Amino acid sequence: MDIGLLGQYLANGVMLGTMYALVAVGFTLFFGVLDVIKFSHGDVLMLGSFTGFTVYIGVLAMGIENPWLMIAVILLVSIAATAALGALIARYLVLPLKSAPPLNILLITLMLGTAIREAVRLFYPDGSNPKAFPVLLPTASVDLGGFALRADSVILVGAGIAVIIGLNLLINRTRLGLAIRAVAQDEETAKIMGINYTMIVLVTFAIGSGAAAFAGIMNGLYYNEVNFGMGLLLGLIGFSAAIIGGLGNIYGAILGGFLFAGLQTVGAVALPFASAYKDVFAFGVVIALMAWKPTGLIAERSSDRV
Amino acid sequence: MKDKTTPKTGWLGLPPLAVGLGAVAAIVVFGWQFLLAESEIAVLGLVALAALGGWALGKTGIQDSLNEAMRSHNRSMNGAILLGLLAVIFLLGEEHFPLLMLTTMLLYMTVALGLNVQFGLTGMVNFAGAAFFGMGAYTSAVLTEHTAVPPLLILVAGGAIAAAIGFLLIVPVVRTAGHYSAVVTIAFGVLFKTFLEVNDVLGGPQGLMVGPMKLFGWDFNSSPMLLGMEMSFYANYALLGGGLAVLAFVLTQRLERSWLGLTLDSVRLDETASACFGLNVVRAKVLAFTFGNVLAGVAGALYGMMISFIAPNSFTFADSLLMVSIVLLGGLGSLWGTALAAAIVVLLPEKLQILQEYRFLLFSGLVILMLLFRPQGLLPRKVRSYFPSWRPQQ
Repeated sequence: MDIGLLGQYLANGVMLGTMYALVAVGFTLFFGVLDVIKFSHGDVLMLGSFTGFTVYIGVLAMGIENPWLMIAVILLVSIAATAALGALIARYLVLPLKSAPPLNILLITLMLGTAIREAVRLFYPDGSNPKAFPVLLPTASVDLGGFALRADSVILVGAGIAVIIGLNLLINRTRLGLAIRAVAQDEETAKIMGINYTMIVLVTFAIGSGAAAFAGIMNGLYYNEVNFGMGLLLGLIGFSAAIIGGLGNIYGAILGGFLFAGLQTVGAVALPFASAYKDVFAFGVVIALMAWKPTGLIAERSSDRV
Repeated sequence: MKDKTTPKTGWLGLPPLAVGLGAVAAIVVFGWQFLLAESEIAVLGLVALAALGGWALGKTGIQDSLNEAMRSHNRSMNGAILLGLLAVIFLLGEEHFPLLMLTTMLLYMTVALGLNVQFGLTGMVNFAGAAFFGMGAYTSAVLTEHTAVPPLLILVAGGAIAAAIGFLLIVPVVRTAGHYSAVVTIAFGVLFKTFLEVNDVLGGPQGLMVGPMKLFGWDFNSSPMLLGMEMSFYANYALLGGGLAVLAFVLTQRLERSWLGLTLDSVRLDETASACFGLNVVRAKVLAFTFGNVLAGVAGALYGMMISFIAPNSFTFADSLLMVSIVLLGGLGSLWGTALAAAIVVLLPEKLQILQEYRFLLFSGLVILMLLFRPQGLLPRKVRSYFPSWRPQQ
């Protein structure tokens, strides 16, 4: 294999890894604070990118031409919208079921994801067909020994990594992050210490969902396409990534995201007869990893109380 | 609430058995009319009638009489229900589409019963129900088109293949718990459909043709004659599907009532405690998982033969979710609930064509409301009674 093609695969893998890590971080945040899986995460992401698309049409109609300004508005609105949606989901679907069996929350959010997906398909104008997401980033490219490194990929990966680092700093260095970690560690004690529990849970869900919207816009800008079904696969990949990394651990989520992207890329490269099998291969490896390390690579520190 | 001591006479002073038989007859007539109803108004009217009837059952005390009838006249009631199913099939005799719907419902019910053993009894949620269903269907496609294996054996083979592939998943499913095990089955469900789509040998996205069922030389795609009337060929499938559903129901009921069922229950409620009391948790999980997969595989094999053409799009993750919805709507561990929910989930969108497009939205919304406000399901499972003949003293 020539070095140019390898570079192309590597660039693509890093891109996907950043995106998956962003989704996985959301799953891990939710699991951290509440010990729940919010499976509608992928569809919230899809909704974020559709919001972005709608805002783009609106902004275009208002006559704003500057692409950077456009991206800023798109990001702002869709992140705000999904953050609000995430908080609403937490308030009305997740918190009321907190004392029910934990699988019920997985089920209710799975169903919510289906509902969001179907609602977009049925009620968004022409929602069942893919939409062409606009090209807003500069597409100039540098030739690096046989493969073209495009400026938009670099910007997207850079922004994605910046968001991940930002989230990490937020969790580990701020007062809000301290509160989130306190709630994650021990709900009761956190309450006694005067932390507004409900507020922290809602804020965490808003942050995670906002990160998903960012990943959704990133996905739209990279593939120049959004469709109603993209959330299911991305959500599942993010969930798998968070799980193989180890739930509740932000580094695990990042590791898992890049690992999954690596698996897909290796699958595409190493199965020469059919790169279409790359998802089959990647999910197959995830299942095998689960058999080997049932609680993820960086295991959750917990013990069962009998 | 009515008092719990069971009166000798039930509703309106009628003996419970009479109430029970009357209810079965009413359900037969209702099912027959519902499956035949053409206009949306008629269907909506019947749905409203059913909802009203369901509400009235609880209010008037008929339900208590029904429960009493099921308990003390178990054999007669089961016989009546079986006869009722046969009656519906014969009444629909010539109608292709209603019989197809009825059989689809019966097959979905078979799958959902298997999922109920996995989820409702043992607490292992399987989000790949449609994948195991699809394995059965693809097995029957390959075997009917390329080999001369007797079709009845193909049904068995469908179950065996589903069980065998299920064994590949057993290690990750048994070793993991809760969310971790959910991701294994979800990933497998998505993997299965993607695999079918990219695989040329199994027809790719276009799918495969499936040969018909044959039983002792009788081709199921030819129309049986009965009492001088030519029946729809779907009547064959309805009878066999009904037989399969009844068999699955009886097996599941026996399993639930046996010590094995008790083991599964205790594994669901507390794995660690069960292990401490010497129950083999791994064996219980393997048993429940395989039992459910076999039922799904057998039902899928018959389904493939009936619709004679299968494609990956019939076995998506959304279909798996629909199957899990059946279990949840009916009530975890509740077998009659599963039967009722299978009827609602399969028949309602088929009859109300406006709903067909919206069915995933509708049922996901319904399950969300159910989980929020009535998590025990439509027909909640009763507390286990250890001595079936025991009655509270009056």
